Amino acid sequence: MTIAPAPVRADDPGLDEVTNPDLPWVVIVWNDPVNLMSYVTYVFQKLFGYSKEKATKLMLDVHHKGRAVVSSGPRERAELDVFRLHEHGLWATMEHDT
Amino acid sequence: MARRRFSFAGDGGVKVRITKEERLMLRGLPGQLRQLMDEDPDDPAVRRLFPPAYRDRPDHEHEYRRLMGEDLRDRRLAALVAMEDTVDADVLTADQASGWLRALNDLRLVLGTRLDLKDDTFARDIEEDDPRVPALALYGYLSVLEEELVEALAKGV
Repeated sequence: MTIAPAPVRADDPGLDEVTNPDLPWVVIVWNDPVNLMSYVTYVFQKLFGYSKEKATKLMLDVHHKGRAVVSSGPRERAELDVFRLHEHGLWATMEHDT
Repeated sequence: MARRRFSFAGDGGVKVRITKEERLMLRGLPGQLRQLMDEDPDDPAVRRLFPPAYRDRPDHEHEYRRLMGEDLRDRRLAALVAMEDTVDADVLTADQASGWLRALNDLRLVLGTRLDLKDDTFARDIEEDDPRVPALALYGYLSVLEEELVEALAKGV
């Protein structure tokens, strides 16, 4: 997945200093048989301000790979993104990106 | 090409060209979904509208539900009311159009869950005497309507 944050390697001391502890949550959208491809693309553009190209790529990842990471950030921010995706009927979850 | 039912109005809103017969059919749908949400919150089709945020953290999920569950329900009901209140309108504001979009999508989610739709349901031949035909027809119509609304709204992004 191209936009997923690079995994943090705990054995790399150089990374520990620059890794923001508030940035470990990723928001995932899962494929479902109901949501229209055009609708999913539109929702990604509207909610996240993504370009048509980026939103389309994420939508296709969801469609073909079954899931895509659509945003990442602190827990509160991820919860808000999940809420807005749920509000739009998308099947979204969040998890700790450890 | 068939005339589009929705077109971008230039200010984020959309113009609506839907026949009286279609409006008559659409009129009752938001109320039916509201009733289902009120009376049967544990129906799997209703639960589809309230998916878990955390898959494997029941403690976080419980807290999330407590804080956000009512808000999510309120937003859904507001979208249904927006569609219901403007079902006869010729022009929708951006907010009203957003309500229609989410209401149409919720109706499709509930119908689709009820029908146990799969990705290839419409790629297979559906028998004429399949008891799901009326609901599948409604689902198909709502899908076309939503597709056209998305197309109009996407012009404003």
